[in-house]
Amino acid sequence: MIQVSITAEAISPDAETARFAALRGAACGAAVTFVGFCRGVSQQGDVMRLELEHYPGFTEREIGRITQAVAERHGVADILVMHRFGAISPGEAIVLVAALSAHRAAAFAAVEELMDYLKTDAPFWKREIGPSGARWIEPTAEDRRRREEHSK
Amino acid sequence: MTRLIFLGRLRDAAGHGERVVTLPAHVETVADLRSWLAAGDGDLGAALHERGIHVVVDQVICNRETENVRDASEIAFMPPLSGG
Repeated sequence: MIQVSITAEAISPDAETARFAALRGAACGAAVTFVGFCRGVSQQGDVMRLELEHYPGFTEREIGRITQAVAERHGVADILVMHRFGAISPGEAIVLVAALSAHRAAAFAAVEELMDYLKTDAPFWKREIGPSGARWIEPTAEDRRRREEHSK
Repeated sequence: MTRLIFLGRLRDAAGHGERVVTLPAHVETVADLRSWLAAGDGDLGAALHERGIHVVVDQVICNRETENVRDASEIAFMPPLSGG
């Protein structure tokens, strides 16, 4: 089952992971989860909060489409993607990705590929608010490099 | 009536996230729409003509400036994606 949720509500990674892992069938031997948190510092200095904007409808559909493709590519039937939008404070979870599979390799690969996509190509626009004001963020060169590696 | 949506930093350039307009008769394509918006607001026009601005017509990414927008009910302008 593919579950995609784009939400303004706080994400509770432990509770969501437990809920999702409880769906596993008898053949499932691996659950891999990744949680991304809002950092309190960036290259520009202290971060007071992030503001993530999405395009309602479009963002959900794009992430759903990519998640489906990743699931098929790695033969993973169960993937959960939860992503915040709106104002996010340092320490809060921004993203949770979980995959369930028979063995660990496919689940690790699916989660990693999805995270590389989410960090660079998912339809979000991100603004970092610091002591000296706000600035829009675009993917880093490292993010792009990782993304290109995966698309080879 | 057509709903125009300005995402990310384009919201700052437009001064608002969305507006509902009646397209004038001479606005037929994506290119016409950009020019019409630029004529009304030079700063927004400059931002909309930057590289990497994508146009989404009725929730489908449009890569052709010649795409007809007469029947569109929603058109969004997207700056380069930030990722999550």
